[in-house]
Amino acid sequence: MPPVTIRGKAFIAGVYEHPGRELPDRTLPQIHAEVAAGALADAGLSLADVDAYYSAGDAPGFGALSMVEYLGLDCTYVDNTETGGSAYLVHAQHAAAAIAAGHVNVALITLAGKPRTGGAGPGGSARFSSAPEASFENQFGMSVPGGYALAAARHMHEFGTTSEQLAEIKATASIHAQHNPNAFLRDVVTVDEVVSSPMISDPLHRLDCCVITDGGGALVMVSEAVAASLDRHCVPVLGTGTAIKHTSGGRIDLTHTGAARSGPLAFAEAGVTPADINYVSIYDSFTITVLITLEDLGFCEKGDGGRFVSDGALQSPGGVLPFNTDGGGLCNNHPANRGGMTKVIEAVRQLRGEAHAAVQVPDCELALAHGTGGSLATRMGSATLVMGRSK
Amino acid sequence: MSEFGPSGLPVPPPNANLETQRFWDATAEGRLELPRCDACDHVVWYPRDHCDHCGSASVSWFTASGRGTVYSCTVTRRIGGSWRKAAPFVLAYVELEEGPRVVTNIVGCDPETVHIGQPVQVVFDPTPEGPALLRFTPA
Repeated sequence: MPPVTIRGKAFIAGVYEHPGRELPDRTLPQIHAEVAAGALADAGLSLADVDAYYSAGDAPGFGALSMVEYLGLDCTYVDNTETGGSAYLVHAQHAAAAIAAGHVNVALITLAGKPRTGGAGPGGSARFSSAPEASFENQFGMSVPGGYALAAARHMHEFGTTSEQLAEIKATASIHAQHNPNAFLRDVVTVDEVVSSPMISDPLHRLDCCVITDGGGALVMVSEAVAASLDRHCVPVLGTGTAIKHTSGGRIDLTHTGAARSGPLAFAEAGVTPADINYVSIYDSFTITVLITLEDLGFCEKGDGGRFVSDGALQSPGGVLPFNTDGGGLCNNHPANRGGMTKVIEAVRQLRGEAHAAVQVPDCELALAHGTGGSLATRMGSATLVMGRSK
Repeated sequence: MSEFGPSGLPVPPPNANLETQRFWDATAEGRLELPRCDACDHVVWYPRDHCDHCGSASVSWFTASGRGTVYSCTVTRRIGGSWRKAAPFVLAYVELEEGPRVVTNIVGCDPETVHIGQPVQVVFDPTPEGPALLRFTPA
């Protein structure tokens, strides 16, 4: 008997990225509501059509329990899975499975946050300070860049990766971002400018870090029957994978991410290989996040990421593997300090042929989106989605 | 107000619990004690009452050497909060002689000289409440 699969049984019918990057005059629930309305309008659906709602740690209160009421939804299926910035890809996997099983017809996934103007990020300090690992990690001044710097330093030590190679990733993202009118940073920067920017935590410079932005985004996923009824190009989800990679009881390997497991799961379900992929949205909290993830997903050999990303390889169009054509988290948007949602949204734009003309991948047939939540330095939730062309 | 230890770095008090009290009590007396699995000899990190390797619920505490090597390190130059005044400082993973890689700081030396593979030795940086943080200095 062939394995049960969700391949091609669920469709992304609507996406919306909030155009705002500084939203001091909105409440957090308001931003959730705005992106929900935007994604539903994109799909040609309404709040009344939604029967499943997915949220993560950025949603206030009880998450889905609070937000379903605030949004005025009537749901028989909810999911609060929290894996940090990758949660929205995990939600898409779970929604695809629920749709394939016939439990859900229209799933709504939202993300919102205001780390730029609204104070603390999502999560809540009490939850994190009571985590079993807390006192063994939090007492040592590990900033978010500091943690990723530990991964970058080890990768450089083992494989000879250079700061200039990491800077290529930011430079390429900036070339894409110049075409995005909503991007937080629209200026093209050079490799020299990246490595000359202030050192935050060796070897990561300020321009190796993503932006901090308010905002949000939403996805609407639907069954095949609903997709067929819509006057909108719907993108089939072909393969999904999730993996939690942790410190393994203090035996952490800083040169790998959970993508080494989530990627092969997604490729296998989709029945494709890395060589088949036309466009990738790669989680880019830092330049090093992109480099290690590309290795782990199999786009190049482990340790060869520095050479792989050089010479415009990630540039669109024309590069061997166009990436983050919206400018990514490095330049465009990293709402709520969580970049997974916007990764899926830009991949859907590419598959629909609705990316900016200057960065649209010609004949984009297969796209991959990858999210990394938590930290490369400790524990992370990795999630990969492979999506096909619009119908 | 943040407190600074003899290392010159902040010494935020840890939250001890039933599983980690013995670890923290030992640090207050200048000893590094770790749990080891009675079934498979796996040295458990961070401390807990079961073995994350084989699932055994039986672990015994022993005194570790305090020796290790730097697995990765970074000089943090820009950071907010109570650590701002401590920068630049070295954040590191040290691989203990007994196996686990632990998050820590390298102290008592020029931050610019710390490097991967460097041998280091534990120092106990006391917090105001008694328990000490494990930090390391070049051996």
